[in-house]
Amino acid sequence: MIILKDLRKTYSLGGEDVHALDGISLTVYDHEFVAIVGASGSGKSTLMNMIGCLDTPDEGSYIIDGEDVFSMSEKQLAILRNRKIGFIFQQFNLLPKMTAWENVELPLIYQGLPAAERKRRVEEALARVGLAGRMHHRPSQLSGGQQQRVAVARALATKPSLLLADEPTGNLDSKSTGDIMALLKELHGQGNTIILITHDDDVARQAQRQVRIMDGRIVADSGDGFTKAAAAGSGSGDVFPETAEDLRQSVDLSDEGRRT
Amino acid sequence: MKLRQSVRMAVSAILSNKMRSFLTMLGIIIGVFSVTLLVSIVQSGTGTITDSMEGLGGNQVTVTITDRSRRLSRSELSVLEESDAIEYVAPYLSGAATAVAGSGSEDTTLYGITPAYEAVKNLDLAYGRYIREYDVQEYLKVCVLGSGIARKLFGDGDAKGQTVRVSGQDFLVAGVLKAQDESMMGSTNDVIFIPLTCAQRLLRQVSVSTFIAAAPEDGDPAEVQTEVESFLRKKYRSEDDYTIINMSNIMDMMKTVMNTLSLMLGGIAAISLLVGGIGIMNIMLVSVTERTKEIGIRKAIGAQRSDITVQFMIESVMISLVGGMIGMALSQVVMMVLNLVQTDIAFSISPSVALIALAFSVGVGLVFGIYPANKAARLRPIDALRYE
Repeated sequence: MIILKDLRKTYSLGGEDVHALDGISLTVYDHEFVAIVGASGSGKSTLMNMIGCLDTPDEGSYIIDGEDVFSMSEKQLAILRNRKIGFIFQQFNLLPKMTAWENVELPLIYQGLPAAERKRRVEEALARVGLAGRMHHRPSQLSGGQQQRVAVARALATKPSLLLADEPTGNLDSKSTGDIMALLKELHGQGNTIILITHDDDVARQAQRQVRIMDGRIVADSGDGFTKAAAAGSGSGDVFPETAEDLRQSVDLSDEGRRT
Repeated sequence: MKLRQSVRMAVSAILSNKMRSFLTMLGIIIGVFSVTLLVSIVQSGTGTITDSMEGLGGNQVTVTITDRSRRLSRSELSVLEESDAIEYVAPYLSGAATAVAGSGSEDTTLYGITPAYEAVKNLDLAYGRYIREYDVQEYLKVCVLGSGIARKLFGDGDAKGQTVRVSGQDFLVAGVLKAQDESMMGSTNDVIFIPLTCAQRLLRQVSVSTFIAAAPEDGDPAEVQTEVESFLRKKYRSEDDYTIINMSNIMDMMKTVMNTLSLMLGGIAAISLLVGGIGIMNIMLVSVTERTKEIGIRKAIGAQRSDITVQFMIESVMISLVGGMIGMALSQVVMMVLNLVQTDIAFSISPSVALIALAFSVGVGLVFGIYPANKAARLRPIDALRYE
């Protein structure tokens, strides 16, 4: 579970202050599939960098699985990114001189896993995204859709708490977009927590919950997954019923924080 | 281990830019090549020269009397032989002479010696016998020939028992020496040895003007020098009346000179190694800039600062280490060629030079790799990812 509280970040552009984030509070529960929607310049990329532990805000706090992110050292942040977060980028961001296999293996190397375990995980992840037959191709030998699937496999291989997808379909044709979205939905169905950042309402609609941001503020939230899941009576809500009060409290607190 | 993966990544990064890696390496190759070659040549030369000097008597002192007014006799010298520090005292006398045998005639150097001389100079007989004490005492006209003069006078046949006419006197050949390699200190090949007493008559010089005092096998030449000095001080008024040449002093001096020389040459060559190191740093900086995006990706998926530092450090150390090994192999090849071309000096790289050169090249890789590697590791992932 991740809890963002009152995040603020101001950039200075040509002597003028730009509020990229202007008091964002958001809670994402485990097993949720959240789309953060907004036009370019809305602050969604800045938000995504915060959630991905790549950037720090001027103010606010960020708790992931009970750990306070912004008080961490650089090294702890690296470990956190490595173990808890799986990145899927718009530009795929694969290393061009490495094969699909090696790209997926890389975060596991940084985890210090033994070779046998890495092999098992890499094969599992690549099979999971349907690329078992293309393990030893380089990114340049793969189509855009396939490259993005390698990136998904790389994100999955570490079994992260959170898959963070930044415009994952932004560079793909409509067919590949459909494939990747289907894959993400499937992964969500298997219990992965996913935050998807997009400007595209059609893509956002495919997520379970939509959060719309504009000018660094949340302007609409279709409701947290916990509430929805409980209402729908689906499986994911039943996973942590005894913590429901705690969760609600944290949501309430963040609401108060926004009002003051 | 992570390290193995880092090494693999470094190898593939180096190989992915072969030409650039090679050119970078070239600086180190040239540096290590020139350092090892120059130092090894000086060291091999020093080794060969000191070896040959040692063969000529590292454990002995040679005395030349310059004051001819006070005569030194052989019996006076026998006092020195009683000292524990001295095993042999070998007075000798030399002069130019012409040797005639049959129809042949050769210019030669005549040495009047005693048996002690044969011992201190390690004369080696091909056949026959040496000059004996009895020959010296009885003025017997016998001689021992160097191999070269024996061949010139008597061809390849047996010279023993033949007579040689030297300065109007006939000498019976008692023995012939084995051929010696020519060295910078000369050889015995074209020399005729006769008993000291005969030489004194022939050259009309009765007193002893030169002698060698040698220490025992495990003795100290410095002690020999002390003994000889105190002996001579009693007899002569001034130190100007005689000269003492101590071979070990000369050798020490030469070693110092040669060491200084190899340090100097090595130091000059090391400058090229330094330049090579700067080349590595330059290329690593370019590489860091080029791979900013890669660094960003790596950091985003969980690389720590140390991972990035190690990755770039291994790359620079590898370039310099491989360059060092190639440079060393090259200098080895050049020395092998030198050894084929000439035989006077056997050139080789001493293990310590090899080790120092390799350690130095690794050191260069480390020192000049630190800054670029740190620069890479310090990049903020967010900035690095955005870099295009």
